[in-house]
Amino acid sequence: MKMVAELGAALLNWLESVGRAGIFLIQSVFRLPVRPKESLNLLVKQLYSVGVLSLVIVVVSGAFIGMVLALQGYSILAKFGSEEAVGQLLALALLRELGPVVTALLFAGRAGSSLTAEIGLMKATEQLSSFEMMGVDPLRRVIAPRFIAGVICLPLLSLIFSATGIIGGLIVSVNWLGVHDGAFWSLMQQSVYFDTDILNGFIKAVFFSVAVTWIAVYQGYECVPTSEGIGKATTRTVVLGSLAILALDFVLTAAMFGDF
Amino acid sequence: MTDAYIEVQNVSFSRGERLIYENVSLTIPRGKITAVMGPSGTGKTTLLRLIAAQLAPDSGAVLVDGQNIHSLSRSNLYKARKKMGMLFQSGALFSDMSVAENIAFPMEEHTKLDAEAISNRVLEKLYSVGLRGAAELMPSELSGGMARRVALARAIALDPELVMYDEPFTGQDPISKGVLVKLIRQLNDSAKITSVLVSHDVEESLSIADHVCILAGGRVIAEGSAEEIKASDNAEVQQFLNGEPDGPVPFHYPESSSVADKVSL
Repeated sequence: MKMVAELGAALLNWLESVGRAGIFLIQSVFRLPVRPKESLNLLVKQLYSVGVLSLVIVVVSGAFIGMVLALQGYSILAKFGSEEAVGQLLALALLRELGPVVTALLFAGRAGSSLTAEIGLMKATEQLSSFEMMGVDPLRRVIAPRFIAGVICLPLLSLIFSATGIIGGLIVSVNWLGVHDGAFWSLMQQSVYFDTDILNGFIKAVFFSVAVTWIAVYQGYECVPTSEGIGKATTRTVVLGSLAILALDFVLTAAMFGDF
Repeated sequence: MTDAYIEVQNVSFSRGERLIYENVSLTIPRGKITAVMGPSGTGKTTLLRLIAAQLAPDSGAVLVDGQNIHSLSRSNLYKARKKMGMLFQSGALFSDMSVAENIAFPMEEHTKLDAEAISNRVLEKLYSVGLRGAAELMPSELSGGMARRVALARAIALDPELVMYDEPFTGQDPISKGVLVKLIRQLNDSAKITSVLVSHDVEESLSIADHVCILAGGRVIAEGSAEEIKASDNAEVQQFLNGEPDGPVPFHYPESSSVADKVSL
């Protein structure tokens, strides 16, 4: 009996924090900016630190994953004499799955953790209180630009990831393993559709971007403002963010590709 | 009682299981410097956060300039806070802005002044705290005392009616303390500001305060002018003022009878 009560309490607690996180998001994002020019400046600054600074890790990982995919795909496809299909394999795997998922996981580790730590440290050094005391809403000033920047950047990064992945795969399969380049491209062109593949992958990335950035800014804002608390919040961002990405990916894949 | 700027009426506040205030009432007179003193952990900073409505009391009311600050809507509260300045213990300067930008920030947010007028006022505020030469520095390049003076300049950027100082003297060298005492007095007198000072530095606080409250154990144990407080015959007050290690506040933290059995290392 006691266990049931504890389970119920834990569930209620969880629901409460989800509700709080929802109110938090609405209060920070769905507001008109008071000083549009200043808000734009803040957003550009965040686009740079969240997006541009994540480019290196995304491009390098994308290239390597494309190269590995091409190697693995080639060794199996060559057994059936259809190594030209490696282009199709690369494009579909990257655009539908690996692009959005791996980019989002990298993003949670690279940008999400730094967002949490930065906001947490602002809380610990009373900078957030300071904004409040000046009559400036920290949700609008600190949270909104970071959240919006994350939602804009992640889908774009995932497209860049897929593109570099295909280039990496091209180098390995065509330039190194000797797959015919005309066949490589034409098979890819035949089998990749804009709506089922590219658009669906992009939609996935949009969902992931909302989930990861939301978790990151919320964990930073709600963290216990001590060095231990910030450490834990940063860990939670990466763990919860990654789990949310993988769970969402299953749901979205089932919805997009599940009707046979 | 003279004209009160802030009235704290029967406020109770607890954090989790711990009761911090029990039915506390005190007044902060307009245009004067009020020092709120007490041992660490009695919730002095909490009092400032209650006045600024960053925290809400469990019961009771806080009237600021006749307005119940906790009954205001979010947007009205932000308006009310423009009339308050707060000097945080850590300074709380925005680490990604220079000294001048930090001070300009509240003006850019809340006034329609153009860039030139703002920069003139920034330099004027910096001059008043003696740091005009530091306008271009970043907060990480400042010493602790300078950071607090910059934070003070920022707190008065909008010419507030009320300035709250959270432990302004803690961790400052004697010269910085002297500078801060002088600045707080000067600001209060020249701009007709109401000042609230939370501190446990007895000497500095009593030297500038017009009105003193001593908090201990969730209650106000003494309230009055600095002379009245010094002359108080309350044993708890005397222990605090003279820094006696043992007295009504015991040297030993209270322990339960079984503690000797529990502690095993």
